[in-house]
Order: sequence, then C-alpha cells, then structure tokens
Amino acid sequence: MAGSELTIEDLKRILRDAAGETEGIDLDGDILDQTFEDLGYDSLALLETGSRIEREHGIELEDTSVTVVETPRALLAVVNEQLAAERAA
Amino acid sequence: MTTSVVVTGIGVTAPNGLGTDAFWAATRAGESGIGPVKRFDATGYPAKLAGEVPGFEATDHLPSRLIPQTDHMTRLALVAADWALADAGVALDQWQQFDMGVITASSSGGFEFGQNELQKLWAKGGQYVSAYQSFAWFYAVNTGQISIRNGMQGPSGVVVSDQAGGLDALAQARRQIRKGTRLIVSGGVDGSICPWGWIAQVAAGRLTGSEDPDKAYRPFAADADGYVPGEGGALLILEDAESARERGARVYGEIAGYAATFDPKPGSGREPGLKRAIEAALADAGVTAADIDVVFADAAAVPDLDRAEAEAIGAVFGPRGVPVTAPKTMTGRLYSGAASLDTAAALLSIRDGVIPPTTNVAPAPEYDLDLVVDGPRTAPVATALVLARGYGGFNSAMVVRKAAK
Amino acid sequence: MGRRVVITGIGVVAPGGVGVKDFWSLLSDGRTATRGITFFDPTPFRSRVAAEVDFDPEALGLSPQEIRRMDRAAQFAVVTAAEALAGSGLETADLDPYRTGVTVGSAVGATMGLDQEYRVTSDGGRLDLNDHRYAVPHLYDFFVPSSFASEVAWSTGAEGPATVVSTGCTSGLDSVGYAAELIREGSVDVMIAGATDAPISPITVACFDAIKATTSRNDDPEHASRPFDNSRNGFVLGEGSAMFVLEEYEAAKARGAHIYCEIAGYATRSNAFHMTGLRPEGLEMAEAIRQALDEARMNPDEIDYVNAHGSGTKQNDRHETAAVKRTLGEHAYRTPMSSIKSMVGHSLGAIGSIEIAASALAIENNLVPPTANLHEPDPQCDLDYVPLKAREWTTDAVLSVGSGFGGFQSAMVLRRAS
Repeated sequence: MAGSELTIEDLKRILRDAAGETEGIDLDGDILDQTFEDLGYDSLALLETGSRIEREHGIELEDTSVTVVETPRALLAVVNEQLAAERAA
Repeated sequence: MTTSVVVTGIGVTAPNGLGTDAFWAATRAGESGIGPVKRFDATGYPAKLAGEVPGFEATDHLPSRLIPQTDHMTRLALVAADWALADAGVALDQWQQFDMGVITASSSGGFEFGQNELQKLWAKGGQYVSAYQSFAWFYAVNTGQISIRNGMQGPSGVVVSDQAGGLDALAQARRQIRKGTRLIVSGGVDGSICPWGWIAQVAAGRLTGSEDPDKAYRPFAADADGYVPGEGGALLILEDAESARERGARVYGEIAGYAATFDPKPGSGREPGLKRAIEAALADAGVTAADIDVVFADAAAVPDLDRAEAEAIGAVFGPRGVPVTAPKTMTGRLYSGAASLDTAAALLSIRDGVIPPTTNVAPAPEYDLDLVVDGPRTAPVATALVLARGYGGFNSAMVVRKAAK
Repeated sequence: MGRRVVITGIGVVAPGGVGVKDFWSLLSDGRTATRGITFFDPTPFRSRVAAEVDFDPEALGLSPQEIRRMDRAAQFAVVTAAEALAGSGLETADLDPYRTGVTVGSAVGATMGLDQEYRVTSDGGRLDLNDHRYAVPHLYDFFVPSSFASEVAWSTGAEGPATVVSTGCTSGLDSVGYAAELIREGSVDVMIAGATDAPISPITVACFDAIKATTSRNDDPEHASRPFDNSRNGFVLGEGSAMFVLEEYEAAKARGAHIYCEIAGYATRSNAFHMTGLRPEGLEMAEAIRQALDEARMNPDEIDYVNAHGSGTKQNDRHETAAVKRTLGEHAYRTPMSSIKSMVGHSLGAIGSIEIAASALAIENNLVPPTANLHEPDPQCDLDYVPLKAREWTTDAVLSVGSGFGGFQSAMVLRRAS
C-alpha cells in the first residue's frame, strides 16, 4: 500500500487494530473533526497508530506529528501531504 | 494491638473453573482442568499438557481499548480483580482513591506478548515493535493496569519470587493495611503458555512428560515425575478488619500469619528453609501446630522437593499429623497465581467445612502424610496453612483462619 | 520509637565506573558516561545512545560458571552486594543467615539474556515454535527474575525472606523501602537490598523507540541526557546496580559500624491514570512525598537536597517539579534538586537504588551532585537544579523521588543518623 493515499476508512481500521474502540463512541459515524481525545485515544494509542501507518505506507513521520494533531482530519492531512511529497520526489 | 487484616472478596480465573463458584464446585468434586495444550501446538515438545482457563473471551469482560495493550494473563487478572471487588461489594465511587492499593505477584510477566514483539523485532525489524511493549510484558503490568482500571492510588507493589510470590504479595498487602491503607487488591494471576515460555519451563527440567491428563501431575506419589504448568490464579480483596466490619462486609477469614525463608545454597549441607517458614508463620499467627486443620501443600511433584516438603510438614505436625491437600493437581502449577488460589481454596474450605481433594495421587507411604485423596473430606476447618515454594529456594507460609465474630 | 533502619554498606556498578569510589568521582566531577551504543549495531534504531558499563565479571571475581548462568543484571547485583557487604564490615561469617534477607529491584529482569535466547531458539524470528533443543540449560533463570534474589542470597549467605521487587522504574526505591519495612517490623535484622537492571538490548531500544521516550540526540551522545533543560527530548537508557547493607540502627551502632545514613521514611502511591503518562499536577507523587516525610516525622523545610527522578522527558520534569513544589512549598526554591541521570542515564529499575547511593554519599560528603548538560532550563522548571557543577552543601536530609511506568510514584527520605 506504499504510496497510496490514507483514507478515513483506513484510519478507522488502523485505530481499531491499534487501540480498540472506546465504549460509547461510534467510529463508523462522522469522526473527521472530532478530537482524538473525545474519541478516547491518548498519545500512546496515537503513537501505535502512527507506527502502523508508517509501516503500511512505508513512510517515516516526524516525531511529533502524530501526537500534536488533534483530529482525524488533521492526521490524514499530515500523512497525505507527506505521501504526496514522496510521490513527487 | 496490630490491625487484623481480613479477606472480603475473591476473584478466580482457574483452569478448572472461570469464576469462584465454578472453580470451587469443580475443586470440591475433584474435577480437573488439565489437558493437552490448546494455545499452541505443543506436540513437538517434551511436555504436552497444561491447565488452561476454559471459555475465557476477553472482549466479553473488558473494553476493547484494553485488548491491544494487554497480554492474556493481564486480561485474566483484570477480570479476576473486577470479580473480587464485586464479590466484596466494593462500590468504588464511595472510596477515597488513596485508601485503595494493588499488590500483585508476578513470575515471568506478559511473556506471550513479549514473544510476539520479539518475533516482530527479529523477523521484521525494530519499527514493527508495539508501542505497548514497554509495559505490556513487564512484571508490574497487572498491578499497574488494575490500579488504573479501578482508580486505586494507594500503596502499590509487585513481588517476584516465582511460585512463593503469591503469598509474599498477600503479606505485603497486609503490611500496607497495617500501616493505614483500608483496602488492597492482592494475589496473583499468571501464565506463560506460549512456545517461548514453554521452552523456558522445559529447560528447568521439572515438567512432566506424561500425556495422560489424569495421571500427569502426581505430587507425593512414589513415581512423581514432574508437574503440569497452568495459567490463572486468584485476586483477593484484603481489608482492615475494623473498616470491613463498619461497612458490613462479608468476611471469608483473616490473614493471620506469614513468614518467608530462603533455602541455603545447594551443596552447603545446611537445613532447608520450609520448616522454619512454617514455624514462624504459626508463631506470627499465635497458633500452634495443633490448631491447624489443613495444610495446602506446595506439591512440586519433583521427588526431592516432595520429600523436603513432606519432611517439613512431618517435623512440625508429626507423622500423618494433619490433613494435607493439593487441589492444584486439578489446575497445574500456576506460578505466581498458585498461592493466592490456594489461599482462596483454604478460605472456601473454612466457609464450607470441606477439604478439597488431591486428585490422581496414590501417596507414597514413605512420606507419612495424611493426604486427602479419596474425594473431598468433610471436616470443620477454622485454621488453614498454605505453603508455596519458588524455584531457586523461596519458601513462604501463610496461616488463614475463620474471622473472630 | 520503633526500630530504625540504617545503611552501613554500599556497592555500585554504574556507567562510568565499577565501585562506589569511581561512581562518586564521576558524580562529583559532573562528568557524563553516556555514549553511542556499542553492545550491538544500533543503526536501525531511532535512539542510538546509552549509558553502558565497562564491566568485566571475571576480573570482579565471578567464576566462569556463574558468568554463564547469570544474566548481566544478576552479575551486577552479585558484584554490588559483595562490595556493600565488604564495606559494611559485616563479614559473611558474622551474619545470622536466618535474620538476613534479600530484596533485589528490577524492572525488566533478564532482558539481555531473553533477547539473545529468543533469537537463537526462534532462529532469528523465523520459527513460530521456539526450538527447545537450542535453549541454554539455565533459561528458566532468565524467565523468572526472582533468580536475581537467589543469586544474591547464595553469594551472601542470606536465608531469611528473599524476593525481587518489580515496580518498573521505581523498583530501586521500592526494593529498599520494602527491605526497610522488614527490619522495622522485626522479621529480620539485616537486609541485602538494592536493585539491578541491564536493559541495553535491541528489544528495549525498540520498545522505547516506539513511544519516542528515549532521546534522538545521536550526534552528541556525551550530552544527550539533559533533564530539566529546554532542549531535552527524551531519556538515555542506562544500566547498572546498587546494593546496600541495611541494618537495625542499635545493632549497627553497637558493633561500631560506619553508618552512612538512616532510611527515615518511605512511601509509594499510584497515579491510577495511565501506564506511561503522568498528570502534570503531580498529586500522587506529592502524596508519596508527604507520607514519606510523615513516616520520618520531618517537616518539609528540613530537606536539604532533592534527588530528582529527572529522566529528561518533558512530562516527567514538569510533573516532579510540580510535586516537589506542592510538598516543599517555598522551601522548594531554596533546596538544590538534581538528576544524576544526566550523567549515568536511566537504568530503569536499578536507578532508584543508584540514586539512593548518590543521596547517601551526598550526606556523607556534604556535596550535592549536579545536573549535567543543563544550560537553559525549561521555563516551566524553575527550581534550583544545580547545573553542571557539584555544590558543597550541608546535607543532613535528602528526599529521593521516582516515577515509573504503571503509574508508580515513590519517595524516600534519608537522614544523617545521629
């Protein structure tokens, strides 16, 4: 999957595998602009998620990019920006 | 006057029963949970049997957020803690967080989790290692996870003394309660039934090679040839007796006495330490040998170790001087989970006036033990002694007794 | 007043030197012992810096069979226990074995041995079913770290209670705290107590890489451990051991023992919050500090020096600064507080005991070790962290604190015995 874009559905799958789902939160709903905190994911969950994204897509994210972004939309943007840059390079 | 410390809740995940009631019903009836290893293919190893906890679906009991970050034995422990708290009728929101602590025993940590991450490291590379590896395998994990799940901020701890650790943890919990903490979740839940853990246990040379679950683990038999390992254990709720009484808690019994010793270096010719541990535990409880109604033996099923234990029991109680039992013949040896499970069984014996049997064993006459072998024995039990030994020379002994009214 | 517990012997194996003398010389000079990892090729890893010990077990008296049987962490503990016992003047023959116990703290046990043996028995991760025929005969000793306590008991002749205490990165404080309680309650008169860890192996480096807890300052390893400095970016993995002889005070005094200091108070609490995270307010560490002071029957303003956990992660440095201010109040600003992890790295379960050794030696020498590499403090860390240079300072009482994965928060008060 290296090179292909990370979709919200990919991210939901990776989140589930990496950190499970918080009780009372529906990941299948519109979560793009909810904060990871509201979704019940802490920095550890996001580090595991980030590392799985790195492996699936063959990229290396900046140390802080996963823990600084607050929403799925922001995380997708960071990852896809980097993927686009690598495709262009 | 020292604070009396009592047990008000029991949570069990055992190979012959998931939950205290299932475990106790099976144990009284002599029903074993030992069988061929199911968790991996053990047919190529010199040991092929284990006591595995049946019917445990972690997701039935725990939030999915906890699943990726926990080893199998931690999941068992979290559930045992939940059940023990429920059994004790503890409503967490009515407690001050600093009044509750967690002190567990461990032996080898979350070994299966560690195996998976080691495989990723060596087969694929460091970047494949889980973010949870830094704690999911380590010895402190059960205490940490239980304290978080239940909001317990009081004194916490973890002891590792192989199979003796289950009693050492309960004793450390008693110390902390005597220093002023109201409640401690304590005991051990353990298990490393995975290929990597298996070869480590095989290396010690104490596992039976038997393939017959009904004949495999025979402590104190003349032809004992090793033990069957298992998984699971018990967590207990220990409380200050006064505080338990005030809240109207049901009390299983009192942690009345404890002592631990270490064997001399092999080859020194000095006397082994188990007898000393028993005598000191009796003294600590303020009882004599005549007061003990039953001994829950460590029951290694390794001839030298069986002899040492039989000699220690004989020296304190006299030949066939006290009923001795080893219900772990139905579960296998559970490492740091064994002794707290035996303590739970001892407390249930006190409650029901029945001593559970030792299964599969025809006792060797030379040991001169009154081993409870032919089914459960009905007898009033007011005071019980639990023994536990760890690989390398650890000896621990604990006296539990019916709580004063 | 009940039985009091004192330290009468100290043994240290730490990066930068084996033995108390070399250890104290490193700390009082403010030198650092961090370097690029040499134990294995660290190229694939994000953090490639560590504080390694140059350790020759054979030269230190271990037999070839002991070296083969023991993981490096166990070797450390046996060596430091021997130094502590020799220094205490209690020769093995004088010990009553039944009244002598052992506690060894360790966070990660025989990690190096296990990593190596896993690799061999799985043929480099290729086999799902490890091959037992390739396992070393003593693999069980790696499997259960309680073997560390066995080794120390055998080497010192102790036959009282023995155990390993494993509470993550507070193990070194908790092991000594546990031992002190056994002496106080009267179960024993002497404890050989301390901690050891030797975690510098690929699996440990990889697991801290995964949570970005260790530093990535690979181009400047000597200055990579920077607690409280604004430029810090994680801790530096270390290794080592410190073991002590603890005795009941009256007995130690009666035999004319040299007494380093008294273990006056100790407590541990949990944050019940997160396996790796800390809440910035430091409430639970503050509670542990208050309880330790209470047990010592001391007021906060009697503390002369705070030996910090000071791991060099942002969340830790702020967390403990908050906890110390919360408990010491205005006095916190007048009290030197330093992190020796700036010099010897973070040896996980061992470091708490190594820090007790540093604290005892600070009392002994009236000298406070510095925080190396501290040039520009984090503005949120505004206490006196003793930058760069050790300080001559009347030190009668030390507060040593620790914080670990699993949520453990521990505090110990050491005091000049009078």
